Amino acid sequence: MSLTTESSTNFWLTRPFSERSTQIFLGVLVAALALVTILHVAVPAGNPLHIGAYTVNLFGKYLSYALLAVAVDLVWGYLGILSLGHGAFFAIGGYAMGMYLMRQIGDRGTYGDPVLPDFMVFLNWDSLPWFWHGFDMAWFAFAMVLLAPGLLALVFGFLAFRSRVTGVYLSIITQALTFALMLAFFRNEMGFGGNNGLTDFREILGFDLRTDATRLGLFLATGVALALGFILCRAIVTSKLGRVSVATRDAEARTRFLGYRVERFQLFVFVVSAMLAGLAGALYVPQVGIINPSEFSPIFSIEIVLWVALGGRATLYGAVIGAILVNYAKTLFTGIMPDAWLFALGGLFVFVTVFLPKGVAGLLLHLKRKKRGDDDSTPTDKIQEASV
Amino acid sequence: MSFLQSLTERDRVFDFMTPQAKKVDVRHGPILYMEDVTVSFDGFKAINNLNLTIDDGELRCIIGPNGAGKTTLMDIITGKTRPNEGSVWFGSRHNLLHMNEPDIASLGIGRKFQKPTVFEALSVFENLELAMAADKRILPTLTARMTGEIKDRIDEVLETIGLAALRHQPAGILSHGQKQWLEIGMLLMQRPRLLLVDEPVAGMTEQEMERTAELLTGLAGKQSVVVVEHDMGFVRSIARQVTVLHQGSVLAEGTMNQVSMDPKVVEVYLGADDEEAA
Repeated sequence: MSLTTESSTNFWLTRPFSERSTQIFLGVLVAALALVTILHVAVPAGNPLHIGAYTVNLFGKYLSYALLAVAVDLVWGYLGILSLGHGAFFAIGGYAMGMYLMRQIGDRGTYGDPVLPDFMVFLNWDSLPWFWHGFDMAWFAFAMVLLAPGLLALVFGFLAFRSRVTGVYLSIITQALTFALMLAFFRNEMGFGGNNGLTDFREILGFDLRTDATRLGLFLATGVALALGFILCRAIVTSKLGRVSVATRDAEARTRFLGYRVERFQLFVFVVSAMLAGLAGALYVPQVGIINPSEFSPIFSIEIVLWVALGGRATLYGAVIGAILVNYAKTLFTGIMPDAWLFALGGLFVFVTVFLPKGVAGLLLHLKRKKRGDDDSTPTDKIQEASV
Repeated sequence: MSFLQSLTERDRVFDFMTPQAKKVDVRHGPILYMEDVTVSFDGFKAINNLNLTIDDGELRCIIGPNGAGKTTLMDIITGKTRPNEGSVWFGSRHNLLHMNEPDIASLGIGRKFQKPTVFEALSVFENLELAMAADKRILPTLTARMTGEIKDRIDEVLETIGLAALRHQPAGILSHGQKQWLEIGMLLMQRPRLLLVDEPVAGMTEQEMERTAELLTGLAGKQSVVVVEHDMGFVRSIARQVTVLHQGSVLAEGTMNQVSMDPKVVEVYLGADDEEAA
């Protein structure tokens, strides 16, 4: 981090590519995507190495969670804003995608109405609510995936940061935000399908969602989105703006005294993070085939924070590791002992807090340093250590 | 005469049309000029008819017992507190009483607070980088590049504050004294004309005090420096001019020797000692 500071004469967006950690991360990600693709496509179904469509789908889901975790780490790790409501941005991005997928169904729904989605026919509505217009066009819906969560974050963040609400109070308000949205989306009158949400999707951009090829495509698209999101976040945190964020996290009043309009920086990073969360939600929905208000539940938002804490805060790649590890464990546990999952999650969290206070990423850094000898630790490591 | 007609009067210069004079005018000597300043909080006069002049490039120490009004004086200069009466000028062009805190700061008055606050997770170099006078809006900050010029400027300040060897270390591992120097360095990055330093050596070791004295005397001449300090030994080691404050006004002014012989000053300080002992 510090070394790039002094040699960063290049364009800010390409700066992460000269970082060792980003190179390794991208290398591992690309290799994983390639491996899964090869094992899925080239290895015959009977072979024990074959990866089935179900597993590819599952991995795609993990990757979208990983992108969500990166978004949370950006605001929590580098800006010090513990958002316990990022599930809301994820869900709104998901709903935007869901609305597009609903409109794609056309007259193939149970009731066969060419325009109205099934639940509207069921509720005896005779026309589309105004906010459903435009979602039949892919470009509009995909823009909304970013704009709708971004706009919510802009308004919410503007009010919160302008009044200098930070710390625990902000965390509580973000919880309230996602809870309020959950209650609202549960209502049929909201026009988002009530507690059933949106489902029965058929195709995306003309590709049948139930074919293996589309699933593989979605998995790869999620991987690419994760890579791009990661690079964007890395570019932000290695820029001077990233250092202002860290300064804000550690000493907000001092940063303000230096002449930075802290609330604007907070708002900028918060909105970027919300948009990434929205993108993650939009990639998640076609892969799981449903979006309903449970994604707004406060518990889910807290779980995201747990992934980041487990993986290691303020590293970004730690968030990815945490999201994938926890969700893999969740898949395992809920398969074997569904009732024990919450206990396992709690136990995992206690274990990490006690034995790995800096998460898995902190453990990796520690091992790396041990291997090289203590004196060889780079300033980046020390800063990391001081900041995590 | 209508308003429009009045606007066409060519011989008049309207306030809103006068160009904002950016440069501080010190041709007449003083960089800071305070006259008959009075501040009262609910009837208590924290500053009472104070007159103070600081010359350009001067290093001035301000001493005085607790409650003498030292901090209030700094608050007035930086725009945090508005006096009830009096005038405060920066150079002979800028009336500080008509300006707000950020404007005064950007005019070139830097203030170091008692307790050092540096960004512990960032390196010494990065701390200075953030403090640098630059475009501090969002997009310019996001796309900011590290040019050779900026690097040279930071290197120069790193040399001045004696932390060049620790440039890549996170500020969190610095000692108390080093943090104070870094904080002074962060002020220097803003290229101030006038530096207000509040109790720089509180909690420092002897060696650190000596180093701080060197640093501050080295700055004088390039910048004007006002130091508020309790430690008499330290003041003796750096000050050419000392101002003694007492109950909100100037009790004595002169060299350290002159001041410490002044019977009024001796009385005030003995009185203060009695209070502390009680």
